[in-house]
Amino acid sequence: MSREAVINAVVVAGLVLVPLWAVWADEPFTITLATRAVVLALAAVGLNLALGLGGLVSLGHAVFFGIGGYAMGVLASHAQSYTPLMEWPVLIEGTKSMPIIWLVSIVASALVALVIGSVSLRTSGVYFIMITLAFGQMFFFFTISWAAYGGEDGLSIYVRNGFPGLNTLVPIQFYGLCLVVLLVVLVFCSALARSPFGLALNAARQAPERVQAVGLDPFRLRLVAFVISGAITGLAGALFADLARFVSPTMFSWQLSGEIMVFIIIGGVARLFGPVVGAVLFVMLEHWLGGLSDYWHVFLGLLLLGIVLFAKGGLIGVLAGKARAHD
Amino acid sequence: MTEPVLETRAITKSFGALKASDAVSLDLRPGEIHAIIGPNGAGKSTLIGQISGALVPDSGAVFLDGEDVTALPPQVRARKGLARSFQISQLAMEDSVLQNALLGALGAGGSPWRFFRPALSDRPLRERAEAALARVGLTEQAARVTAELSHGQRRLLEVAVALTMAPKVFVMDEPMAGLGTEGSAALTRLLDQLRHEAPILLVEHDMDAVFALADRISVLVYGRVIATGTVEEIRANRAVQDAYLGGET
Ligand SMILES: Nc1ncnc2c1ncn2[C@@H]1O[C@H](COP(=O)(O)OP(=O)(O)OP(=O)(O)O)[C@@H](O)[C@H]1O
Ligand SMILES: [Mg+2]
Repeated sequence: MSREAVINAVVVAGLVLVPLWAVWADEPFTITLATRAVVLALAAVGLNLALGLGGLVSLGHAVFFGIGGYAMGVLASHAQSYTPLMEWPVLIEGTKSMPIIWLVSIVASALVALVIGSVSLRTSGVYFIMITLAFGQMFFFFTISWAAYGGEDGLSIYVRNGFPGLNTLVPIQFYGLCLVVLLVVLVFCSALARSPFGLALNAARQAPERVQAVGLDPFRLRLVAFVISGAITGLAGALFADLARFVSPTMFSWQLSGEIMVFIIIGGVARLFGPVVGAVLFVMLEHWLGGLSDYWHVFLGLLLLGIVLFAKGGLIGVLAGKARAHD
Repeated sequence: MTEPVLETRAITKSFGALKASDAVSLDLRPGEIHAIIGPNGAGKSTLIGQISGALVPDSGAVFLDGEDVTALPPQVRARKGLARSFQISQLAMEDSVLQNALLGALGAGGSPWRFFRPALSDRPLRERAEAALARVGLTEQAARVTAELSHGQRRLLEVAVALTMAPKVFVMDEPMAGLGTEGSAALTRLLDQLRHEAPILLVEHDMDAVFALADRISVLVYGRVIATGTVEEIRANRAVQDAYLGGET
């Protein structure tokens, strides 16, 4: 087992054991924090696919997070008010079922990623960053004025949505569900990185002309990566909304896009568990330092600066050394 | 006469005031090696760029197997059987040597739209990649990270990637550069075999290799073809000697 695999296993063990300890010690807030970390990690795992493997510096991934959140908010709010979403041409009712909400979140964010990607991926560098940012702001201001769903105030969902066979109102059960989703997505991302698609995408980041010269289209590879990436972050948005039982336009904010990217940079770009380590650390710092000082972001900034200057591979890079080519 | 596999008709390309290609017409026939020689900055790479699709000519046309491909992007030309190597290596430096070869095999023989099984465990793909590495003598290096290869080994990997594609045409931009005498000799032998699999348009500065391999040579100076002919004809050509061979160091 490589050093990185050991670290990953330790992280998974921690994600399983700490919340179990919290149940035993009757520390429900720790479980809430852990759930927050796991869901934010999922959002960042989505971005890492585009950023790490594809080299796409998207500063608009909050769009997908927000779309997942609003998919949940809209469906659940109609279910709790017993009003259909629409009656014509087909009757669509709200739902409180997580599997359906997840599916809608994934499909909706994938479609939006397809549109945003089709436009933004024709550019690169700063232009790409700016276009993704602009789309994020569009959604942000749209939801602020979307009075039907709370506008600026957002939308509260009174009871957490349900999952067959579980009582999602029990914190540890909801946590377990989120963790399983995260692990399934990580297994998928790990497979994807080694798959023919992953190989081609990775090469398109390093040597796009070579990829073209062997008959593959970097644009299409990136577009598909962007869509998968957006879909994963969208799913995270739905879970995040269910954790907070609240959605608001801030889910679309560019600050959030930035935070998701910060998790990846802290943990290690293109490393499978980079976003997980980054998100966990972020949530811990936010909790402890945030309690000590209102200016905890300054410390976060210093940490980020240190990592960017001295440890390009993030924490995983520091602990596990350079990534190895898969052989 | 047999149909040319590759043909350029009066392609012209300017960068500002500089005419890097000036009405270049040449062709490549089945089974031959057609060498392009010319001084630095003559427009050889620019020509290769237009043939492969990385650059679009201002005017003129490129034909591949009788089909006008002038408007097609590089990846489509590659799918139609055009394999190129780059003067400045274009390789995935963080990936292993084998992974770079797999990429070539993937473009030509496999679909990239597979997301679950590892590329390395795709048998046909892997065999194709390993066979190409073996032909250029990189088998021992297969597991190494490409960035660790010597300059010469990278040149060979460029050729190996082209080989994995089993193309109709090879277009190579200075594959011998930096190989050293022994390496050049080995690659010369390989290209000599390769011409029977697909004809080669060969840009090369190494005159020993060019004279040993070429069926025909075209001389490019300031973007213009000043002569095309057999090795003997080019050697005897006065204009060529003045413009180029005389100036060889
Ligand atoms: N993208 C570009 N923009 C502007 N000028 C260019 C560009 N590409 C090439 N040139 C110019 O066009 C001319 C031909 O360049 P090219 O690279 O085709 O020459 P070459 O024959 O391949 O030279 P070498 O033997 O050094 O590889 C040179 O003067 C070069 O500076
Ligand atoms: Mg050149």
